[in-house]
Amino acid sequence: MRYLLVEDNQKLAKALCDRFALEGHVVDHVETLADADVSVRTVAYDMILLDIMLPDGDGREFLRGHRGKDDPTPVIVLTARSEVSDRVGLLDLGADDYITKPFDFSELQARVRAVMRRLGGTANNAKTYGDVVFDSTTGEVVVAGVTEQLRNREMRLLEVFFGAPGQIFSKTYLMDRLFSFSDDVSENAIEVYVGRLRRKLEPSQASIETVRGLGYRMVLSS
Amino acid sequence: MRHFGFALGLSLLASGAGALELEESRTYQVAGARAELRILSTADVEVFEPILLAFQQQHGDVSIQYDVASSAQLMRALYDEGAEYDLAISSAMDLQTKLANDGFTLSFRSDATANLPDWAAWRDQVFAFTQEPAVLVVSEAAFEGLPMPTNREGLIDLLRTQPEVFEGRVGTYDVRTSGLGYLFATQDSRNTESFWQLTEVMGRLDAQLYCCSGQMIRDVAEGKLAIAYNVLGSYAQLANTPGIRTIEMDDFVSVMLRTAVIPQTARSVADSGLMIDFLAGLSERPELALQTGLPPVEAQRDDTATARRPIRLGPGLLVFLDTMRRETFLRSWVSSMEQP
Amino acid sequence: MKLRNPTGSIRRRLVAQLALIAALLSVAFFFTVRVVAEQAATDTQDNILAASATSIADAVYSESGVVRLELPYSAISMLSTISEDRVFYRVLVDGQTVTGYDDLPLPVARQPGRAVFETYPYRGDDLRSVLVSRALSVGNQARQVEVIVGQTRLGLAAISSKITATAVAIGVVFFIVATALSFLAAQNAMQPLDRLAASVARRGPNDLRPVTAATPAELVPLVGGLNSFMARLRSALTRSEDLIAEAAHRVRTPLATVRTQAEVIHRQMERPQNKKALREMIRAVDESSRSAGQLLDHAMVTFRSDQLETEDINAADLLRDVVDRLGPTAELKDISVHLTLPSGRCVVRGDMILLQNAVRNVLDNAIKYSPADTDIVVQLTNDGACRMAFMDQGRGFGEADLASLTQRFSRGANVDDVVGSGLGLTIADDVARAHGGALEITSNTEGAGACVTLVLPLA
Repeated sequence: MRYLLVEDNQKLAKALCDRFALEGHVVDHVETLADADVSVRTVAYDMILLDIMLPDGDGREFLRGHRGKDDPTPVIVLTARSEVSDRVGLLDLGADDYITKPFDFSELQARVRAVMRRLGGTANNAKTYGDVVFDSTTGEVVVAGVTEQLRNREMRLLEVFFGAPGQIFSKTYLMDRLFSFSDDVSENAIEVYVGRLRRKLEPSQASIETVRGLGYRMVLSS
Repeated sequence: MRHFGFALGLSLLASGAGALELEESRTYQVAGARAELRILSTADVEVFEPILLAFQQQHGDVSIQYDVASSAQLMRALYDEGAEYDLAISSAMDLQTKLANDGFTLSFRSDATANLPDWAAWRDQVFAFTQEPAVLVVSEAAFEGLPMPTNREGLIDLLRTQPEVFEGRVGTYDVRTSGLGYLFATQDSRNTESFWQLTEVMGRLDAQLYCCSGQMIRDVAEGKLAIAYNVLGSYAQLANTPGIRTIEMDDFVSVMLRTAVIPQTARSVADSGLMIDFLAGLSERPELALQTGLPPVEAQRDDTATARRPIRLGPGLLVFLDTMRRETFLRSWVSSMEQP
Repeated sequence: MKLRNPTGSIRRRLVAQLALIAALLSVAFFFTVRVVAEQAATDTQDNILAASATSIADAVYSESGVVRLELPYSAISMLSTISEDRVFYRVLVDGQTVTGYDDLPLPVARQPGRAVFETYPYRGDDLRSVLVSRALSVGNQARQVEVIVGQTRLGLAAISSKITATAVAIGVVFFIVATALSFLAAQNAMQPLDRLAASVARRGPNDLRPVTAATPAELVPLVGGLNSFMARLRSALTRSEDLIAEAAHRVRTPLATVRTQAEVIHRQMERPQNKKALREMIRAVDESSRSAGQLLDHAMVTFRSDQLETEDINAADLLRDVVDRLGPTAELKDISVHLTLPSGRCVVRGDMILLQNAVRNVLDNAIKYSPADTDIVVQLTNDGACRMAFMDQGRGFGEADLASLTQRFSRGANVDDVVGSGLGLTIADDVARAHGGALEITSNTEGAGACVTLVLPLA
């Protein structure tokens, strides 16, 4: 996925770019609305993340102009304002969703996913591993020709394994990916979700195996 | 109600000069009377008694003392001597008016007086309750074959053309002694040019002069007089005396109003007012008119179309009371009446 | 909001002043009419008296050296044409009374050839009299004839009192009419002010546009002042809104930076103790930002509760909207939110922003306190009131503290491990009360969990 981040705070932008990179996304960062205009015209983005208070104007102006141009690129507004006062105005102006700073990155991802899903998704997001086809946007997995809807945590777990098939992921790593910081869960909780995934993948060639002492990995069984 | 009406009879109560000379006095006492009305009147007791009794029928708690005097005596008593009376009833309108004008009477107002016609009251002090016309009384016997005069012109003509019939047989008031005669004469002099002519003619015929109407009517009835001019007679007498006829002139008829006033010496205006109200309502008691022969003032009656002229109450009546004017008038009258 | 001590009313003052003027004019009118009328009546009486006296004087003649008088009937009777007044006269020749009332007083100052009018008490009444004199030649001798005619003034008084009554009546009618007209005039004059007041009162609490209604010249300064005041207020409000936004921005942006950086670092750290410390930090950031957000929300709710901007709101749309909005948040914990709606419409009258806020806070709370992999049922029912129930399968609230849950900053006793400021239910409760409704908190009837119900009266 390719994101355009419009954010004038360099430190935040830097941190967000790092955070996106961790997930393997490409982020172009601009600091002004003028630069954002240029970028939108030259590159096709999957998603625009828009700050509201910018040095050369109000993000809402950009939204209005953006919608006026009939550009289908979805926009999620990053707002530092209170939820209530901005909500109605932002959605009315054509934002697809908004999230209040500071935010849990996984919530941002969930919202991005929800927006994408609402807009019909993107077919090229589907990945194939063996006879398993997985679309991380819709959360649908096709196992042995049967399409099944994964739950959020199952999906996010599978997404990790699909990101690097054969790679071993530690329990700690998986927990970081799966649970938010407010969830106090034991390491064993991860086993519940691995177990669920295993059952879903059972009819296929792919399986998740336990690498004792190290973690889990997804492999193809012959 | 029991009546203690008794007559003192004809008594001359006057004892000295200047004192009031009463012709008659009668008291109508009732038991447990609340008040006593002292009335000084020019009308004879016999004439007025029915009214007094009817009044007492209505007001059983009022005794009445009814004194009769001549109009001149009445005037003198009230004007000069301060006699104490609750009501003064007189046919001398001019004197009654003078009493009121000069401040010897009291005002009285009631529903009954408010209902009197305008001409029948003056200043809420002089109240008229009868209207009595001055008429021509003729002897039927004397007028056999003669036309009845209908107006003064006609009368003058008749007297002139028939001196043999009327010589010494014409009667009228002696205006020097009769207040009523003077009133009628002065009103005549105001109303018609022919008054002095008539006086001249009567003087030439050696007219007989009377102080009072009663004798005049009797003389006509007895044939001593062929005609009597300006007679104010009681209806009863006029109607009941045979051989005479009464004529109202059609040029004009002076109508005398008998009036009542409340002297300033009255004890209670309210009590005096009771009698005023009773008199003002006489027209509703036709039987009293019949008994007394006094034609009541009738508010509804309209005399404007007739020759009747009620003598107007008011200061105009003072004119002929003026001493100089009276002197002048009497001088003229005497010189017309007493021709050598 | 009403002013406690209005300092009088312009309308009343206007009416009072106009009425006072009308009253003064009435009184002035009354006195003028009276004086003029009485003068006219007196003049009339004087003229008649003079005519009477003159005609008497003219009737005096001499006859062979003797002065004679034939009192003319009309001279006296003319005096009775208007009223029933008493009449007195006196005729003197060379100062000697020849006829009439010899006690009738002679004026002190007499001027031959000129009528002298006097008023004095005589025989119990006020008398208006005139003295007229003329010379009479009696046998080559000039003699002075003087005639006094007097008349009481009762008729005059009657006329005067009639005129007075008429003048009073006209004055009173004039006063009443003038007062009524002045009332109408004041009403009319005040109309633009009333219109202006009505147009200002009709405005919504947030309508700070300048007043543009046509105003009479006298009100232009007021409207100008009002408009400039509203402009200042508008700019002050905008400024403080901007200030809050700016403050939030200033606080939250660094928080966001810290949090994001912490996340990144957290990912890269290996040692569990470090990870734990970082997680604590992130949670502290979350808590402070959530507290800040809810404090702002609560302040806003309190502010708006005073002046609701009400509209008809379809409760189903409202719930659907909020459930959609919080879907991703619930999804993160694999929590399913089930929305069940009644077949009929359920419309409430309320402030959209406040109700959204309340519903969002309740649902947010439910999600926050629900364990993963559970269901939340949001149920809208209509039993004469609009009931929005939020049932979770969380740990519930315990027994003791149901009533105190909506107190500000009060949190369930058993939720120390969940980030939250405790204001969520307080906000929902405040909003419900502001709309004449209530927030009901019970333990879930089916199994574990809590049931929070927002009850609002139907529109």
